[in-house]
Amino acid sequence: MNSTHYSPLIFELSRPGRKGYSLPASPWGDAFSVDGLPQTLKRTAPLSLLPEADELTVARHYTNMSNNNFGVDTGFYPLGSCTMKYNPKINEELAALPAFTELHPAQDDDCSQGSLRLYDELQKALSEIGGMSRFTLNPYAGAHGELTGLMLIRAYHLDRGDTKRTKILIPDTAHGTNPASAAVCGLQVVEVKSTPQGTVDLDSLSELLGDDVAGMMMTNPNTLGLFETQIPAISKMVHACGGLMYYDGANLNPCLGVCRPGDMGFDVMHINLHKTFSTPHGGGGPGAGPVGVRAGLECYLPNPQVEFDAATGLYRQVFNPKGLGQITPHLGNFAILIRAYAYILSLGSEGMAEAGTMAVLNANYIRERLKDFYDLPIDDVPCKHEFVFDGLREEYGGAHHDASHIRTLEVAKRLLDFGFHAPTIYFPLLYHEAMMIEPTETESLETLDRFIEVMKQIAKEAHDTPELLHTAPHTTPVRLPDDVKAVKDAKFTYTPPQPQ
Amino acid sequence: MKYIPHTTEDIRQMLAVIGVDKVEDLYAEVPEELKLKQPLGIPSAQSEIEVRRIVGEMAAQNKVLVPFAGAGSYDHYTPSLIPYITSRSEFSTSYTPYQAEISQGTLAYIFEYQTMMARLTGMDISNASMYDGATATAEAMLMMVAASKRRKKVLVSSTLLPEVRQVVQTYAHYHGVEVHVIGHQDGVTDRAEITAALSGGDVAGVIVAQPNRFGIVEDLTGLADEVHAAGALLAVNAVASTLAVLRSPGEWGADIACGDAQSLGLPLNFGGPYIGYMCVKKALVRKMPGRLVGETTDADGRRCFVLTMQAREQHIRREKATSNICTAQGIMCLWVAIYLSLMGPEGLKEVNDQSYAAAHSLHDALVNTGLFAEAFPGKPFVNEFTLRFLGEEGVPALRQRMAKAGFLAGVVTEGEPDCITFAATERRTPDEVQRFLRLIQQ
Amino acid sequence: MSQVIEGLYYSESHEFVKVEGEYGYVGITDYAQDQLGNVVYVDMPEVGDDVTAGEDFGAVESVKAASDLISPVSGEVVEVNEALEDEPELINKDAFGSWIIKVKLSDPSELDALLSAADYGKLCQ
Repeated sequence: MNSTHYSPLIFELSRPGRKGYSLPASPWGDAFSVDGLPQTLKRTAPLSLLPEADELTVARHYTNMSNNNFGVDTGFYPLGSCTMKYNPKINEELAALPAFTELHPAQDDDCSQGSLRLYDELQKALSEIGGMSRFTLNPYAGAHGELTGLMLIRAYHLDRGDTKRTKILIPDTAHGTNPASAAVCGLQVVEVKSTPQGTVDLDSLSELLGDDVAGMMMTNPNTLGLFETQIPAISKMVHACGGLMYYDGANLNPCLGVCRPGDMGFDVMHINLHKTFSTPHGGGGPGAGPVGVRAGLECYLPNPQVEFDAATGLYRQVFNPKGLGQITPHLGNFAILIRAYAYILSLGSEGMAEAGTMAVLNANYIRERLKDFYDLPIDDVPCKHEFVFDGLREEYGGAHHDASHIRTLEVAKRLLDFGFHAPTIYFPLLYHEAMMIEPTETESLETLDRFIEVMKQIAKEAHDTPELLHTAPHTTPVRLPDDVKAVKDAKFTYTPPQPQ
Repeated sequence: MKYIPHTTEDIRQMLAVIGVDKVEDLYAEVPEELKLKQPLGIPSAQSEIEVRRIVGEMAAQNKVLVPFAGAGSYDHYTPSLIPYITSRSEFSTSYTPYQAEISQGTLAYIFEYQTMMARLTGMDISNASMYDGATATAEAMLMMVAASKRRKKVLVSSTLLPEVRQVVQTYAHYHGVEVHVIGHQDGVTDRAEITAALSGGDVAGVIVAQPNRFGIVEDLTGLADEVHAAGALLAVNAVASTLAVLRSPGEWGADIACGDAQSLGLPLNFGGPYIGYMCVKKALVRKMPGRLVGETTDADGRRCFVLTMQAREQHIRREKATSNICTAQGIMCLWVAIYLSLMGPEGLKEVNDQSYAAAHSLHDALVNTGLFAEAFPGKPFVNEFTLRFLGEEGVPALRQRMAKAGFLAGVVTEGEPDCITFAATERRTPDEVQRFLRLIQQ
Repeated sequence: MSQVIEGLYYSESHEFVKVEGEYGYVGITDYAQDQLGNVVYVDMPEVGDDVTAGEDFGAVESVKAASDLISPVSGEVVEVNEALEDEPELINKDAFGSWIIKVKLSDPSELDALLSAADYGKLCQ
């Protein structure tokens, strides 16, 4: 990443008459022109703001723009709950094979056998990894998977004629998407309190259970990075009242090859392929959020589903009448599925367990080496893939009761100066100065050590030269953007300067 | 494992710091009965050579057909610069741009994308993408219901693609929205039925398609006024590429433009990833789902970009959020921005012109064989049209026969089993059309 | 230290009511604006809407947070503070002076359940 800021927008590089495309001379003669459309149907608004630029101008513009950016290939992301692991390049190459990219979704199944087979193989692998019976790979992202899973839970209850189950239990440490997905699905969110140790409070849970509970959404390990050891009991309680258990797969990474949501008593789960299964985040997508179910719930999965027909030896897309409906027109973000499948092949059974355990080793190592500098509220059990500090320790200027204390935001911004991404901050909401760190398994000991040294240095700066933190970052392409102005001026599109 | 750097010595050293003897001790609190007793039942690790072979063999089992079909997936040309730039790992391996200082690349291209989409659709504001056109339309429905506060009914034209309607229906069913499907007359949304439905005073919004699933360009004159007079909102689901030549949702007076922007140079990819777009009138910005990039200045007064209006979103508003969407189609915004930068207004018009000419040539040639008749005679279209097949073999047999010969002969028209909806783009050639015609007549 | 004004009624969710005759002016407290930071938007109901004690009637947004507005009283909204549409930051400048809605109280006895200035002041400590 550059420290100088490349600032033009493509609109400012546009010159009338330049072009960046080439098309064959129209081979269709003059008989037909789009001008022949009826006048009322034709566009009259000018397209003049679309850029006019030659190919090199465009190439250079976006290449320079990329230098303003930070990615996993640029540096370390200690970003809690986001699992920013390395994105292998072979996956990219395979997803770009023309036999995949040029396939039209309306092709009949017998012409799409390779893609359908890949879908089914990935489905089976995820089922084994999650301890589930069957997966749909259709959902486009984790949140879309959550929504799908919750719809499935509702479809299950409704199919049994059980119409009064409208509540979904969600721990107070949950990702914000959980309650949002529940609301889109028409469910009423009931918050379950955590114990001071950060895990689900079983007493509080039992008071909430009843015949109006559709299910409970949890992630395990939870967002504090703690394994919910009471999970078998929780599952039993929720099942006893007739509810289903939903597993938010955002934190699946440390479980890989060690334990499985299905064995913990979860009935429905989603997986973020762009977290656990190494597909690139792409600055916010495209991702994929496959949803798995235990035996007995397969019929409710969304349509279309992919099945292997032993009689013909062919894979085919089927529409199950009991299915919860369609949540996508086709089979999801297919090119993302190819990447995840290649990753699973590369890791294999043994690599899966290695990934999970090394992610946990990395997290515990950082936690141990930084806990004298940053406030670690929960210290009595090992963390899993991530952990949460509650800001700097008091002796380094982190005293919360002091209005002028160094805030987590300032630590995060100072990290940028050293070439690291910031951790996830101010989440979970349990702690005022939360700083959530997840290193993933793909980072080396040297990288972790460098990060640790920088975090220690920042703690010392917080004590000795707090001004450095108040004004951070110092070396990034831009510094401290004005968020208030962004909302108040509300400029979401480029407007060319008015001629004087 | 080449993606995991830990040596035996690294592990020993790290365990010593943590103060445990072995890696398993880090899982000490996990109940024993939950731990896997045997390795996962998936294949063992494969080398890169083997992975390439296995996945390559699967790819080889596909048979790519020359598509004379659209139905939401259009085979427009992708300029070679696009995948080259989008695969730059500074872009592709980056996270959602919450840390604006080190994400100006992502934020700037999203801002460009928002500007281009707002212009193309004729609307004030575009968000930073939805998953696809179908979910964008479903979200538009939820948004209209939320904006109306009390009304729970939405009118959806039957001329939207069946897959889009299915997704809308699914969201509606679970959210508690009543979907009233409006029929069509001669392939065009039945306006009288809309008028009648609006008179109940309980409609939150109306969703129509442009061009519709038959390929027909609908005349929406007066629709927005009528919908607004009934206190409802109008959403137009439009095929993005065609907006370079067609009257835009903004010009029709729509409050929301939503749909798929796959037609702006994205590969077919067996249905995904595509990119849903959503653009709105200014007054609706706080009701809009999804991320939004705004312009501001930094501490040194330089123009820069940030994610803004985040108080609408799930990570802040939780169950009160406008939607649960967070990750959408990120890098596909860059794809579209580069496509539109290269094509410019002229290129986009030419793509439409050539697609129009290809589709109309194909249309006339098919009708001239005597094996097809216009399903909806005289209706205007751009690059997609619907014909009734008169041949004795029937539509399924015809499509199968054409697939064997390497062509995707359109899609079967929903509700009209003897009709086929065809499409053509600038990538189709007269030679392909001639071969296609010869095979059909065999 | 944030300000608390005598003579107003307060809710535990940091709204205040200033009663004038049969009307109540509802807004957020100085403590609440301080916690939220720069207010950038106030989502208000429409005149004629009914609000119910204990239920939300809108929201206040800062850049990185949003807080539901919970009505401390029930009744019909007879006026909204339109100045906040263009200048939401008035809430930061003078929270108690920048009421959000004016409600025609349907049940003045609800006021008895609210906190006094002294009790509210303790809550904020």
